[in-house]
Amino acid sequence: MGDARTRWSARRWLIAGLLATLCATPALARDALTLGMVLEPPGLDPTAGAAAAIREVTYDNIFEGLTRIDGAGHVVPGLAASWTISPDGKAYTFALHSGVIFHDGTEFNCAIVQFSYNRARAPDSTNAQKELFEPIADIACPDPHTAVVTLKRPDAAFLFGMGWGDAVMVAPNSAAGNQTHPIGTGPFRFTNWVKGDRVEMARFDHYWGAAPKLARVTFKFVADPAAAAAALLAGDIDAFGNFPAPEILPQLRADGRFAVVIGSTEGKTILALNNARKPFDDIRVRRALAYAIDRKALVQATMSGLGTIIGSHYTPNDPGFIDLAGTYPYDPTRAKALLAEAGIASGTHFTLALPPPPYARRGGEVIAAMLEEVGLHVELVPMEWAEWLDQVFKRSDFDMTMISHTEARDLAIYARDHYYFNYHSDAFRSLYQTYLDATDPRTEIDLLQKMQRQLATDEPNVFLYVLPKLGVWNARLHGFWVNDPIPANDLSAVAWGE
Amino acid sequence: MKTLARLGPAMVVGGAISAALFGMALVSLVWTPYAPSAIDIAHRLASPSATHWLGTDPLGRDVFSMLMAGARNSLAVAVLAVVIGMGVGVPLGLFAAARGGIIDDFLMRAADLVFSFPALLTAVVITALAGPGARNAMLAIGIFNVPVFARLTRGTARAVGARGFVIAAKVFGRGDLAISRAHILPNIAAPLVVQASIQFALAILAEAGLSYVGLGTQPPAPSWGRMLNDAQTYIFAAPRLAIFPGLAIMLAVLGLNLLGDGLRDWLDPRLQRPPADPAP
Repeated sequence: MGDARTRWSARRWLIAGLLATLCATPALARDALTLGMVLEPPGLDPTAGAAAAIREVTYDNIFEGLTRIDGAGHVVPGLAASWTISPDGKAYTFALHSGVIFHDGTEFNCAIVQFSYNRARAPDSTNAQKELFEPIADIACPDPHTAVVTLKRPDAAFLFGMGWGDAVMVAPNSAAGNQTHPIGTGPFRFTNWVKGDRVEMARFDHYWGAAPKLARVTFKFVADPAAAAAALLAGDIDAFGNFPAPEILPQLRADGRFAVVIGSTEGKTILALNNARKPFDDIRVRRALAYAIDRKALVQATMSGLGTIIGSHYTPNDPGFIDLAGTYPYDPTRAKALLAEAGIASGTHFTLALPPPPYARRGGEVIAAMLEEVGLHVELVPMEWAEWLDQVFKRSDFDMTMISHTEARDLAIYARDHYYFNYHSDAFRSLYQTYLDATDPRTEIDLLQKMQRQLATDEPNVFLYVLPKLGVWNARLHGFWVNDPIPANDLSAVAWGE
Repeated sequence: MKTLARLGPAMVVGGAISAALFGMALVSLVWTPYAPSAIDIAHRLASPSATHWLGTDPLGRDVFSMLMAGARNSLAVAVLAVVIGMGVGVPLGLFAAARGGIIDDFLMRAADLVFSFPALLTAVVITALAGPGARNAMLAIGIFNVPVFARLTRGTARAVGARGFVIAAKVFGRGDLAISRAHILPNIAAPLVVQASIQFALAILAEAGLSYVGLGTQPPAPSWGRMLNDAQTYIFAAPRLAIFPGLAIMLAVLGLNLLGDGLRDWLDPRLQRPPADPAP
């Protein structure tokens, strides 16, 4: 036995030696990356869809905006090298980088800025965050490399918003095809999309900025957590920006091949309620549900305890955060009393729509059991992503759903006329309007806090916890974001080490 | 003791396992140690102990209670799937045997067509089209059982149909239906019972497979297949979560197969073998 092994090993060394001589040594440096993701994006145009998965593939890899959000959540220059703001806070003058071209050769200039922003704010725009562009009054081009954006009123969040995936630069001749063949100005160009399996991109040789270290990147979609773990362990996937199964992390951490880095996201996980549907239009019912859910136990059971409990649609990373997690402490007795007061009979039947991510599928079971405890009967309705986007998000046809809102500082969704959970509060809207009009940072913070309190009081949705970012990657890789201030897998700085 | 010996070891062991399985499922209707879907997060992932015989799962649910309730779901789906298979397949087989000719050819080719797809694949396609859930899983498995019983019935019925007492009945002018009911069915009951026990085991396996891929019994109703699926990511932390439902599925299938073997051996001497003359 020992002999055979020695012989086999010797032969292997011989072959390896031959191969090494055949291949020139520099070519052996590793420059390809396979990154795992749970959800496959429904399309690849971040300016025409709400799904976070679109940004997680394209943001700052394929598409770039005038500003960008870095891994720490700061607004930094993107395609705009610098900018100045007029004293009244209304005119933004962006100095654009020159020599920037799209992957198809189209030149980037001020006309592209005009086109992109006008397209996003047009009445027929399909942009998921249209209100980001609502303050824009006019975009002027004094010269091809200067863009002057004039706002209707000062907007403190404008530069941050322009760093979102929804505000990236797209060219007139390629915009229509971006859903299936995205063409941007980023460090990687799109090469292939095998639906249901992977998206591939390659280094863009004419990139205006620092050339990325990776030559080829594959985004591989693995919905099943067990399969994700197996693929990592087998080396088929090199990294997960956000690993779906926290319970496997101890095992991966013990395995010296992987780096396990736990950070924060902006993923506000909520039990969204259809406020337009009875009985969720009754504040007593919404509060009863909040009292009935033991958030701490939920995080323990579904996220292995990783995740920060929240009491409003806001995370500790956001400016002006106040901790409202204790507004509705776990109290099933109180929940039952409130339900009785609202005339909800024991055994009343509701449905809970669950999109595919594990936080929802697993969390749904826990929440159903908790609501069962206070006498409600919850039917779980697992949905595929497309079905959820259509039925729940678009048509608002649901009782309850469990979902994580990954957009940063998105209190604006509670001021919308039409949004899937149908919250309408004049008090909140007037606060939001005052916030938009405010120019003094102290007033802004004060209003942000008032808005959080208003939401905690009205409890339009049951606010649960912030998703952690469970980064797992090959220990030889470096350059990944630790936190996700916006949904992204920015790979421009990622490289294999020695 | 003598009776047990006469039944043979396969029958005794298979019968005992099957009886335990049915017993567990029946008891679960009125009693389980804990409510199978009641979560208790403070005691999640507990090891087997006097309070939780087989420990608890990641949500703190009692694994033994879930297995009991899972047995009920598995058996309910399997029983109904076999009933569907027999209810449709046996009359079709009798009809084909009685009529022969083009009707027989057509029905048997249709059965071949269904057979040409692997059973589980057919079930996956049906549940994927009709939507997941225990009812559709049961229908899917039942549909696959139809040609199994149709073919078996047709083959055995034709052999019995060639025998003297059936020919005599025909001479006396009795109709196909009456002959099938009075003469053929009682004489082919034994192989049908044996086949039923085998299909039953296959149905349990198919239900577990469908639930494992998320097309069978839906949460929060406990199911062996889904327990296995849920256990996958805990395979390092708590391998017992996969072992117990896996063992339950294995024992159930083994027990029912042994029971089928035992029944066949037990019924065999009494099976009236048809004469060797070939059917025309």
